[in-house]
Amino acid sequence: MLIVLVKSAVLLLVVITTFAYAMLFERKIMGWMQLRPGPNRVGPWGLLQPAADAAKLILKEDLTPKTADPLIYRLAPFISLLTAFAVYAIVPFGANGDGSPWAIGDVNAGILFLMAISSIGVYGISLGGWASGSKFPLLGAVRGTAQMISYELSMSLSFVGVLMLAGTTSLTGIVNAQERVWFFIPQALGFIIYVITAVAETNRTPFDLVEAETELVGGFHTEYSGLRFGSFFIAEYVNMLTVSCIASLLFLGGWNAPFGLTMLPGIVWFVLKVGAFMFFYMWLRATLPRFRYDRLMTFGWKVLLPIATLNLVATAAWVALH
Amino acid sequence: MRKQLFNVGAILQGLGITFKYMFARRPTIEYPSVKKQHAPRFHGLHELRRYADGKERCIGCELCSSACPANAITVIGAENAPDARVSPGERHAASYEIDELRCIFCGLCEEACPTDAIVLTPRFEMADYRRGAFVYSKDRLLVPSDVGVGTPPDERPNGIPADLGRVAEVKSTMNVDRGYSATHRGEVLKTERKGLAG
Ligand code: SF4
Ligand code: SF4
Repeated sequence: MLIVLVKSAVLLLVVITTFAYAMLFERKIMGWMQLRPGPNRVGPWGLLQPAADAAKLILKEDLTPKTADPLIYRLAPFISLLTAFAVYAIVPFGANGDGSPWAIGDVNAGILFLMAISSIGVYGISLGGWASGSKFPLLGAVRGTAQMISYELSMSLSFVGVLMLAGTTSLTGIVNAQERVWFFIPQALGFIIYVITAVAETNRTPFDLVEAETELVGGFHTEYSGLRFGSFFIAEYVNMLTVSCIASLLFLGGWNAPFGLTMLPGIVWFVLKVGAFMFFYMWLRATLPRFRYDRLMTFGWKVLLPIATLNLVATAAWVALH
Repeated sequence: MRKQLFNVGAILQGLGITFKYMFARRPTIEYPSVKKQHAPRFHGLHELRRYADGKERCIGCELCSSACPANAITVIGAENAPDARVSPGERHAASYEIDELRCIFCGLCEEACPTDAIVLTPRFEMADYRRGAFVYSKDRLLVPSDVGVGTPPDERPNGIPADLGRVAEVKSTMNVDRGYSATHRGEVLKTERKGLAG
């Protein structure tokens, strides 16, 4: 019990620090890509920027609109935050020599838990937008809900391909099944679908219709300020980290070393893979403009879903024949 | 619609461009720590020059004030006392004020001045929290006698005059003790923070 508590505390700290620096690096990388230096005033090379941002958010006034539903309005950021963190209860980061994973809990239905929790996450967005009692958040929330439903479907289908190849729903089992060949090769289509839907799941550009600064001010979090806004913000980045972790676990071999380069410990490879993914998301954000809403829906239902289904059927046939 | 949805090539090209720019040279000048060299005739804060013997160049003729399209200059001239001359001529400026918030930095005052007394320097850091602090009177416009005589635009080699650092001292943005009463000339007074609470 105590060990689990200590593990959770350490992991929480790691995740929050990662969030803080992911945010800093995102701003840096976006800055470089746009020929700006990015934040570099607070501390050497801007490294203390996250602390300054946190201090700023804490000191901001916490506003609640008159028309808001106070209880739900206050609850929504925490739903987002809690579900974002809850996923880390089962994410394994590496394995000991005897095959036991470095994780708080090794759930054998890991992937189901993951899907369940990430679906609850959207409640934070829709409740927050709805309870704000004003137009833009409501629009953002409606968009968020519709987007989640359409993209989660394709995402789950891309998971199922991996599940069939690995023959298990335990995340550790899936990683172990990739010792010979990483699943992004046999599941190339599934991998591409996952990458696209993951961007949509985390509401990041080019699928950030939920926030859409240019049309909806801030989307579902327009009315939020201070720490409540911060909670949504943290949740977004932690979700980004989560989808990166899942991508490396399910498709990129987790902590398996590539080309038999086993002199580095598995955790290093895992971190590298997750880092590469995070970079990719930042890179996308600096490159692509936002989708139009009807195209987002068309793309989700008429393109991604059929391809994902096709991929699933093909995988099933292949597995059945072997 | 097919074309837009499946234009993967364009997306990859875009990704390539952003990646390339990540390593490109950034044109940013990190302003407070790195200062740009302005052109020698940059129109910034004014300065009232002196002659080599320390006398003021301004003869209080008010030509600058009449030339000013923004009505930013107020000059009150006075006779020079024969035994304590402020300027070589008959008259000098007893009061000389420029409201830098009105000024449009056109440089017409510089053109109009018969003695090349008023010049615009490349100093541009005039920000202040107090409105009154933008009315520069002689105590801040006149080159202090220990700093030199001031440089005419044609003699500024690289834009920034050697005594650019003087602005910080002249301005005293934060230190209210060293602030100025906007319309006072002569000794420096404590600022009355008019219009602000407390
Ligand atoms: S620069 Fe132009 S606007 Fe400013 S004081 Fe001189 S004449 Fe007036
Ligand atoms: S600055 Fe020049 S134009 Fe203006 S009053 Fe003095 S001498 Fe005349």
